[in-house]
Amino acid sequence: MPDDIEAIAEQVFAALADPTRRAILAALASRGPATATDLAVDLPITRQAIAKHLALLAQAGLLTAVPGERRRVRYRLRSAPMQVAQQFLAALARDWDSALGALTDHLDRALKDHPAGLPAGPPNSTPRTGEHHS
Amino acid sequence: MGFPDRIERTVQVAHPPQKVWAALTTAEGLSAWFGNEATIDLRPGGAARMRWNEEGFTAEMRVERVEEPTVFGFTWGIYGLPADDPRRTYVEFTLEPAGAGTRLTVVETGFAQLPEDLHRKAYDGNTEGWAKELGELVAYLDAG
Repeated sequence: MPDDIEAIAEQVFAALADPTRRAILAALASRGPATATDLAVDLPITRQAIAKHLALLAQAGLLTAVPGERRRVRYRLRSAPMQVAQQFLAALARDWDSALGALTDHLDRALKDHPAGLPAGPPNSTPRTGEHHS
Repeated sequence: MGFPDRIERTVQVAHPPQKVWAALTTAEGLSAWFGNEATIDLRPGGAARMRWNEEGFTAEMRVERVEEPTVFGFTWGIYGLPADDPRRTYVEFTLEPAGAGTRLTVVETGFAQLPEDLHRKAYDGNTEGWAKELGELVAYLDAG
């Protein structure tokens, strides 16, 4: 079983890399807990194939088995590993490069709009003067 | 290993720290470059809010450090997690004078944080009974 967040995230992404497993997770997310047989009705694959994928998803900790009547096992999503993966994605999505680019643009615009309020210095409208110093 | 807990960027800005500080810590400044609308109560513990209209997304921030004009820090939620999720990341801007301009560094930390219970309860707890359930599943399918 995964014992650190890196391993957890890896399991989630590996699980999501397969279209059938994505379909199974999506089905469980939209309809709630279901048995392998229920899922086989909804999805265009055999119950045997679904059972294989369910086993893998369970191994990755993405599903929990809920024992029911007559040995019917229902599966429900476990969101904890998804949240770990989500934190990984959040780090990638924090677009500081764009934000800082927008900040410098903003500051440059502000300087052009209100040059009087700033300390004396080479105005950015004549960048060529700076090149001769080095 | 590859899990990014910390993001760090540094930019050289051709404007003095005081001006950069205003862009980072005032509603007017923040709404001009960061979000579309912003409010901020600039003191440690103060609330700030930023809204991105296009995305229809609002970030609730909590001001943590205010050391004009060198350090500004706040925490905010992690995008994608429920609004009431306690996990937050910490963002800190550091401003250093550099010539006529400013060397601005932003560091965001906490992406890899994980409360104890997520590991313990969520993982170990469910794993035990799992081998058993799986065997039952196979038996059920084999029988059917």
